[in-house]
Amino acid sequence: MELYRLTIGRLHSMLKKGEVSSRELTESVLARAGEVEPKVKAFITEMPEIALRMADEADRKIKTGDFGPLCGIPLAIKDVLCMEGVRTTCASKILENFIPPYDATVVSKLKQANAVFVGKANMDEFAMGSSTENSAFGATHNPWDLDRVAGGSSGGSAAAVAADECIGALGTDTGGSIRLPASYCGVVGMKPTYGRVSRYGLVAYGSSLDQIGPIAKCVEDVALLLNVICGYDPLDSTSIDTPVPDYLESLKQDIKGLKVGLPKEYFIEGMDTEVESAIRNAIETLRSLGAEIREVSLPATKYAVAAYYIVAPAEASSNLARYDGVKYGYRNRDGKTLMDMYKQTRTEGFGPEVLRRIMLGTYALSAGYYDAYYKKASQIRTLMKNEFQEAFEKVDVLATPVCPTPAFKIGERMDDPLQMYLTDVFTISTNMAGIPGLSVPCGFNGAGLPIGLQVLGGHFQEEKMLRVAYQFEQAAGISQKKPSL
Amino acid sequence: MKITLDEVQHVAQLARLSLSEEQMKRLMDDMNDILSYMDMLNEVDTSGLEPTSHVMDIKNVFREDETRPSLPHEKSLNNAPEQNRDSFVVPRVI
Repeated sequence: MELYRLTIGRLHSMLKKGEVSSRELTESVLARAGEVEPKVKAFITEMPEIALRMADEADRKIKTGDFGPLCGIPLAIKDVLCMEGVRTTCASKILENFIPPYDATVVSKLKQANAVFVGKANMDEFAMGSSTENSAFGATHNPWDLDRVAGGSSGGSAAAVAADECIGALGTDTGGSIRLPASYCGVVGMKPTYGRVSRYGLVAYGSSLDQIGPIAKCVEDVALLLNVICGYDPLDSTSIDTPVPDYLESLKQDIKGLKVGLPKEYFIEGMDTEVESAIRNAIETLRSLGAEIREVSLPATKYAVAAYYIVAPAEASSNLARYDGVKYGYRNRDGKTLMDMYKQTRTEGFGPEVLRRIMLGTYALSAGYYDAYYKKASQIRTLMKNEFQEAFEKVDVLATPVCPTPAFKIGERMDDPLQMYLTDVFTISTNMAGIPGLSVPCGFNGAGLPIGLQVLGGHFQEEKMLRVAYQFEQAAGISQKKPSL
Repeated sequence: MKITLDEVQHVAQLARLSLSEEQMKRLMDDMNDILSYMDMLNEVDTSGLEPTSHVMDIKNVFREDETRPSLPHEKSLNNAPEQNRDSFVVPRVI
């Protein structure tokens, strides 16, 4: 039996019974990564020595008999989350040598749970992108078809899970960056409600949109990861102080009578026919499990991409002002004046997509254009938020595709930024409204590429969404399939 | 609304970037493509709608003004491209 193939739930019970040690498991995962990483390129920094040390520590903890479900489990962490003493690059040249002096709150929570870190996962630079091609360290390849993208921006995390280079992972989601790669790589990913997980130590992109979440092989594992990372944190003043339920408990109930809404704006012309039929089949499965299916309408969906690509770059242009070659990161040493140093450092340190978003955001916030762009987009954001609120008065959750197409070819959209932005058309509204969203595999197209079903819920309705995803997963039995690498 | 090369240069200056002529032309084209897509927002009547900058219903978050341990001086300087153990060092300003 290959240990690296198993789930957190299964491995936890094996660790409990003493059938396996965390060291054996971690060695199995590291060996697997050694084998497939040259093809997949899921990691920016692999950390085998630290991983084995953490595994030994976990084994000592296991011997005491008092340990939680993540103890001894090898995880990948997106390289946008600070980990003390381990290089954290955000896939950018400007941070290529940055070694954080502290842990992100989620990282310290996972350490307290005795999880094992196997590496820092690849991503689009500063989480800006939909394909993990915008990485200063090279693109991640989709384990199901190495010529295709893994999705982005948490492409390294999703590909590492799909390729069994880790058992679970953390990603971040600002406009779909967990759900899209989870869908493209055939794994489960969840963006929790804004404020559910502390953002302390997450390198900021769009602060009103960013949220950390789990990526794993099955819904149960996502619940186990959520149980550890969620909760109020005084170090993040936007984290919300409401009790964290046991998400594992929420999986047990059936979905009879649960109202599932289909927003008609998410079933549009131009959608890939195989994606559409996979989603329609998934909805039939939900119906057969007793869910009531209803059509709803979210008219502002049409404006989501346009509004988002004003709000997110505006926030990014402000957040990324801190990279000036003074406190950390890359510095160009040719500049004679401070201003030259700033400008040359930033121009050389950032990649093309980051430069594009800084320019767009700076423009949208600049004198004379603020009302036409930023204010207008923020008003439309209100509309989007209100429409979701109204929809969730009628239904419990929404079911939609994650993306209109399966994974595209590497290089295919790199010359057309707008085309790349439109990849996010079904995931962006979630972040604009701060609601939670997850992606669960619901089928494959004829070429064997995975397709994801998106489940959305109202604020703090993660339990209901997990229940729907879990019941669907059990009925559909899709997550058993693995890419051949 | 079309953005001009001069405007691109102005925005680059605001963002503290020194772009080559070629980079500026490329960015001008990209930005015009993207901004003309965004024109669709003008179809929406937003009069009377409050803008949303934060989605959750929280106002100012206060805490007690108590001293807590913070990063030691040395550790905060560790990542600096240039430092003199006491401060960050930058090209001469005055």
